[in-house]
Amino acid sequence: MITKRIIPCLDVRDGRVVKGVNFEGLRDVSSPVALAEYYSGSGADELVFYDITASSDGRKLFTDILRETASRVFIPLTVGGGINTVEDFDRVLKCGADKVSVNSGAIRDPDLISAAAKQYGDQCVVLSVDVKRVDGVFRVFAKGGRENTGIEAISWIKKCVAGGAGEVVVNSIDTDGVKNGFDLELLEVVSDAVSVPVIASGGAGKIEDFITLFHTLPKVDAGLAASIFHFGEVKISDLKDAMARENISVRR
Amino acid sequence: MIAIVDYGVGNLFSLKSSFDAIGAEVVVTADKAVLESADKILLPGVGAFEDAARKLRHSGLDKVITEQARAGKPILGICLGMQLLFDKSYEYGQHEGLGLIQGSVRPIADVIPKNYKIPHIGWNALAFHKASPIFREVAEGDFVYFVHSFYATECESAVVATSEYGAPLTAAVQDKNVFGCQFHPEKSGSVGLKILKAFADLEGEIC
Repeated sequence: MITKRIIPCLDVRDGRVVKGVNFEGLRDVSSPVALAEYYSGSGADELVFYDITASSDGRKLFTDILRETASRVFIPLTVGGGINTVEDFDRVLKCGADKVSVNSGAIRDPDLISAAAKQYGDQCVVLSVDVKRVDGVFRVFAKGGRENTGIEAISWIKKCVAGGAGEVVVNSIDTDGVKNGFDLELLEVVSDAVSVPVIASGGAGKIEDFITLFHTLPKVDAGLAASIFHFGEVKISDLKDAMARENISVRR
Repeated sequence: MIAIVDYGVGNLFSLKSSFDAIGAEVVVTADKAVLESADKILLPGVGAFEDAARKLRHSGLDKVITEQARAGKPILGICLGMQLLFDKSYEYGQHEGLGLIQGSVRPIADVIPKNYKIPHIGWNALAFHKASPIFREVAEGDFVYFVHSFYATECESAVVATSEYGAPLTAAVQDKNVFGCQFHPEKSGSVGLKILKAFADLEGEIC
């Protein structure tokens, strides 16, 4: 029986982990390598490293950190942020990433996903999409959630999956940082629309939010969160104990 | 020394790092002489069967690997590397494998229920069918990490473990000195490292 995955996400800038509330006002947390080792030891099923560095110096620092993490942590590692070309895939895969997540890069270049999937396989390509309701319609946002692209989200996700995205991380801007639970309405629509794994992101504030997610939407494969793990509000070991008690299949 | 076969398929950084972490001497190589002098050979692989099989043949490494395996050297295939050990694969057509283990590779879509997602991706539990020295530190129900859309079948006598995904999918195989893991031990946390350590520590207890 395949288990539901719990995935901490580490936003990395200039070699340090940061996490914004609604993507604004970033706060420094800890060393990415130390945090990755801690999470792996406490039962995280996978890690996401998101590079939010703008400078080339920072980018070099990021790949150094990635390489160090991959040489010490032996669970799947997904890398995102600044992935705009197939060469960017190559750069992070060589440093130990297992999967590469594309967001704005896929909006800028509609062929990026299929080109990368052809070269590295669907399983390597993760579509990450920031979604917000605008006048009752799910829209795709770009640039870290700051810019409305006007693209309708569900058709966009279906198109990317058809092009070769092997997983979809659905990040709800409406629930992100609010800590009042995942965006179940959005996640249900996406889960019904695609047949690849769906990873829920944005809104988890407590253990019960994950229980509600997997009970309400058994089709969702994984829950992703950042600050609640970084600040110790939710311990992954406690979360997994609770999931097991609620008859949700987990790895322990 | 363990030789990881570098034939241009997939990223070997994590695999090499995982052996470094358990203190095993490992080298990533495409050199036939190194494969011949190595104590053990590790055949990795991600991507498409046809492409990988072609790369192995074009480099001539297929012959070295089969010669070394037939001479009794321990070989471990991981993921696509495991699938390549079999006679043939029906992944988009029909393709010849190395023929070191009897059996074939077929789409998991043939056996799993329609509402199950493909690929089979994530952590799944091992159910053991027979003992194998590389799994001596691993318990029934331990979790390992899978990413695959094809599986090995018609290989009953070689099956060491399966994982349940709407159907029992071949997770690990062994035929004498030839071992295979469909999952990724190098991405399976402490359980995976125990498997790699046991492979690295193998000494004359097989065959």
